[in-house]
Parts: sequence; C-alpha cells; structure tokens
Amino acid sequence: MSDRRDESMARRSELADPLGRYRRMVEIRLTEDIIKDLFASGLVAGTTHTCQGQEAVAVGVASVLRPTDMVCCTYRGHGHALALGMPPVAVLGEILGREIGCVGGLGGSMHLSDRDIGLMPTMAIIGAGIPIAAGVAWAAQLRGRDDVGVSLFGDGASNIGAFHEALNIAALWKLPAVFICENNLYGEYSPLAATTSVTDIAVRGTAYGMRSQIVDGQDLEAVMAAVGDAVGHARAGEGPTLIEMKTYRFAGHSRSDLATYRPEGELEAWLARDPIVIEGERLIAAGAATADALAALRADVETGVKLAVEAASASPAPGRPEMFRHVTA
Amino acid sequence: MPKWRMNQAITAAIGDEMAADDRVLLLGEDVGAAGGVFKTSDGLLERFGPDRVRDTPIAEMGFLGLAVGAATCGFRPIVEIMFAEFAGVALDQLATEAAKLRYLSRGAFTAPLVLRMSVGPGLGFGAQHSQTLETWFTNTPGMKVVSPSGADSAYGLLRAAVRDNDPVVILEPRNLYGEREEVDVEAVARHRIGEARVVRTGGDLTLVALGQTVATARAVAEAASVDVEVIDLGTIYPWDVATVTASVRKTGRLATVEANPYQGGWGADIIAELHRTSFADLRGPAVRFTCPDVPTPYARPLEEAYVPAPADVAERIEQWVSTGEVPAPWWQEVLA
Repeated sequence: MSDRRDESMARRSELADPLGRYRRMVEIRLTEDIIKDLFASGLVAGTTHTCQGQEAVAVGVASVLRPTDMVCCTYRGHGHALALGMPPVAVLGEILGREIGCVGGLGGSMHLSDRDIGLMPTMAIIGAGIPIAAGVAWAAQLRGRDDVGVSLFGDGASNIGAFHEALNIAALWKLPAVFICENNLYGEYSPLAATTSVTDIAVRGTAYGMRSQIVDGQDLEAVMAAVGDAVGHARAGEGPTLIEMKTYRFAGHSRSDLATYRPEGELEAWLARDPIVIEGERLIAAGAATADALAALRADVETGVKLAVEAASASPAPGRPEMFRHVTA
Repeated sequence: MPKWRMNQAITAAIGDEMAADDRVLLLGEDVGAAGGVFKTSDGLLERFGPDRVRDTPIAEMGFLGLAVGAATCGFRPIVEIMFAEFAGVALDQLATEAAKLRYLSRGAFTAPLVLRMSVGPGLGFGAQHSQTLETWFTNTPGMKVVSPSGADSAYGLLRAAVRDNDPVVILEPRNLYGEREEVDVEAVARHRIGEARVVRTGGDLTLVALGQTVATARAVAEAASVDVEVIDLGTIYPWDVATVTASVRKTGRLATVEANPYQGGWGADIIAELHRTSFADLRGPAVRFTCPDVPTPYARPLEEAYVPAPADVAERIEQWVSTGEVPAPWWQEVLA
C-alpha cells in the first residue's frame, strides 16, 4: 500500500497552498454529493452521515497538523479523512464495502482510518474518541514529543460523560490535546436548545479550567488561525484547548433524516454562509484566482471524483477469509 | 519459592513488567500514593515515579479511554478498575473501542492494554460490589479474558497479559487477595493465556473451575468419595477446548463450578461445546453448580448459601455418580 501512502502524503502537502485547500473543500462537497447518490441507489448499506456545510473545519484542521499528530473524529468523518489526505477512491471504496477501501471494506462509512495520515479509526459512539485523543496526547507528553492529539466531535457529544471526564483529566495533566467541537446546532434530530443547557459549548471548557474559544467554522482562515494557535500552545507544553466551531450541516443527521424539524429559513441563512463560497470569494478578492479558474477547478475535481467512483465500483467485495483477519494478534 | 499473598504477587508482576519494559504504565484510582485499595501496587509509585504510576480521578470511562489512546501509541497500560462493577461506566472504551481498533484499521492501530478488576462474592460487599460479571466481557471478539485462582496464576497471567498484543481483562477474585500461595517467578510460561491447567487428576468426573471456585473444586475433590479431576480454566475467552475435551474423554463426566449466576454463565458455553464434540464420551448430561439468579445477598448466611459450597457440591456429585440421577440446582427446592 505504499502507493496509497505516497498519494495520501502528496495530497496532504497540497493543503499548504490556498488553492489546494479550496480544492479540497470542493472535493469533500462533491464526494459527498456522490455518496448521497450512491446511497439513494441502494449501493451504500446501513447509513451514512455527511458533513456538507462543515468543510472549512475539516480542511482548516488538517492544514495545520502534521501527519504524526493523531486525529480522532467521528462517524461524520468523510470530510476529515479526505482533508487529511485520504484519496477519494479509498473513502468511496470503503463506503461501498470494497477491497480498495481504506480498511478493505471491513469498516464502512462510519469507520475510516489510515495511520499514515494520523487518522485513527473514526468512532461511531458519541464522545468515545475524546478520552482516546487525550490518551494519544498523554503518550506524546510521556515521550517528550511535541505531537498533539486532536479530537473532533459534535455539539451532542458535549452532553456525554466521556467529554467531561476527558476534559477534566486533560486539563489536570496539562495534556497536549486540542478538543474541537463542531457545533452544527443539532444532536441527531434534536436542536441544541432542546438538549443542552448552554448555547455556547466553549463555556464548558472553563468549567475545567481549560482555555476555550468560539470560532466561525464557516471561515477557513479563522479555523486555521484558531487551531494553529491551539496546536502551538499544546506543542509548547502549555496544555489543552477547547475550540467550538460554529457551523451547520446542510443535510440531516444521516441519510434517512430529511431534517424537516429545521425552522423555516434556517438552512437558507446558513447556505448563504457556505464555507466554499466564502473562501472562493476571498481568493478572488485577493487576486489568487478568477471565477473562471475556480469553475474550471471544480469541473476538474468533479471529473476526479467520478473516476474515483468508477475505480471503487470496479473493486471487488472482500472475500470471506478477510472477516477473520485482524480480530486479534 | 516465595509464598506470597495474591496482592503481593500482582504487585510483583506489575513491578517486574515495568522494570523489563519502559512502555508499561499503571493507572487507576489510588494505585499510586495509596498503593491500591487492595494493595496490589504497593511501593510502585516510589519505584517508578508518577509518569508511569498514575493516580486518576474517579472517572473510569475517562482514564480507560486515555489508556486506549496511549496503547495505540505504543504504550502498554495496566488499568486498575477497583471493583468490576465500575467497569460498567467504562465498558464502551473496552468492548466497542479497544476491542475493535485492530479490526477497523487492518492492524494499524492496536490496544495492547491490561484491564485488571476485582470480582466475586463472599466478602459481604453486597449486591453492587460482589459480581463476577465475566459475561460482560466474554461475548466480544477482539479481546481476551482471564481469571487467576491464586498468587501463582495471578503472577503468571498478569505477566502474560502485559506481553499480549490485544486488550486483556483480568478478573481477580478479591477474596483471594490476602491468600498465600507459592509463586514460581521463574516459570511464568506455565500460565499462558488460552491454556487451562489440570490441577488435580482424577478418573470419575471432570470439574471445571475458574478463579475463586478453583479452591472450591479442590475442596470438593478432597471431600467427595468420587475421583474428581479439577481443571483451572484460567482463561475464559478464548477457553481451552483441548484440555477440557481430553479430560472428559478420560472421565466421561463433566461439571462446572461457578461463582456467577446460572443464566449465561461461562460453564454453559463449555457444556454446550462438549455436548457437541464429545457426546459419545459423556455418560450423562453435564451439570453446572452456580450461584442462583439473584443479586448477591448481604446477610452472611445467605451469602454463604449463594456461593457454591464444597460440601454441598461434593454430596450432589456423589449422589449423581452413584444413582445416575442428574442433580438439579439447590434453589429449585426453595422455590418449589
């Protein structure tokens, strides 16, 4: 799989360039468009959770991390995997349950992983990854390394015990961890106000004596600045940070959720703050690209994603012996 | 050979593994400054320092999750859960995270951690601190579950568990922490994960025991007029099919003695498998001697009745062998 590794690492380094970052956000959006189509055609089993609308968080976080930093995120993880460098064919192949998938089709949509890019198995239990990321940070601290452990989770996870236990220990032990809450305003089908005693998740960090920050999650540069600062803080041995990204998922919780519970006009208001549009306008204003160039880029990405779907679809399903491998050592 | 209490043997095993491998860590509630509430880590903080022997908040899900994270980065954490019941609030991290990481990453992420916890009835701790709870752990592929029967196997199994590359749960019978036994520190290899041991040979009946019931089974063997072969199962998952099968081929009778409720106990699995593979070797149905399906009662006479008693088991076995009549659980008479 060293070809896969080389490709992933090359894709990771593309994030150093503003156009590379823009391109990756577009790629996440278009890949998830295809995933929705595949699900609708019955080619994706179980469920799948898209992050459309939250692309700036995924790309912003990946842009400031090193491959030796470890990221522990959730079942809403397609964007993070792509952002960290996983090729679309590995994501799509996994979602389709094919050999070419990142873990050979044994995981599925909710379980993407690749150690080379620092992506731990994405976890489908709310909050589970938060203490694990703290443990990764603890390992770095014990070894005297300046790698960081990054946990990404939703606003719903801030109500579960794992969040509170992990934040307390991380602050107590001054761990090099960054806790990033993607507050997309809904925990599954329920609005934040119906389930959560506070409006801003960031205030929960202060309960543990942890530095905390609220960031506009639709603004790629704001995301990069905040996460970059938190990562620098952690690398310097100064402890963890909780960052709340104010963001929005354009689709429902999962593919079976039509999100009819959203108040009228809410989606439209957030669509007006599409992170891809915001970043595109910024690039044009800065003279880094023209509207035509961005349109051409989008067409190019679309072609690439289509080729990835073809390659993933052509890959066979794993053979029966595969299910017996990697259960224990 | 030293004759150690089981808690001393556990402390020695942790200390020996920590000395041999600097990736080994110990964490849990009061494991450091206090040396463990059952004194299973006495002196280890002084010996290895607070980086490697770490007191944690009372937050099992949190610190077990930290151990999982550290294990994926090459450490070998030994996590102490004071009472097995406290694993309930942390079970996700073990069964759904640690035990799945290898599978979900095709071997790129693994969690070689040891989860030790005290188990078992008999000390008057009441319904919430007396369970064995092995069934919480034995239906989850991706991890292993062992239970020592005294200081010697506690030492050997713990060292084997630390060296194992998968999550290993150690259920330590807490009524044995203070019991002394000779420990052969030079013969660690006698206690391998997945291997049962015949601790008493006999020709009439195979009695499989685990953890604290190994002593029960030995006492049964001493008391009964029947020639009982006692097997210390040692590992519940994956259990040693070959050793039990060979014994049953010789004795033709199989029974288990368990310190857990009847429904779903580990003996049911063994008996189902032996009935499938060795039916022709069995002279009759196999029998389980277990606790009844009730919470552990507190009052001493009730708790004594709750746990299988050697004299009672011996009597029922003698009757069974002499009459061929299969013994029913004792509580059926009480409930009738």
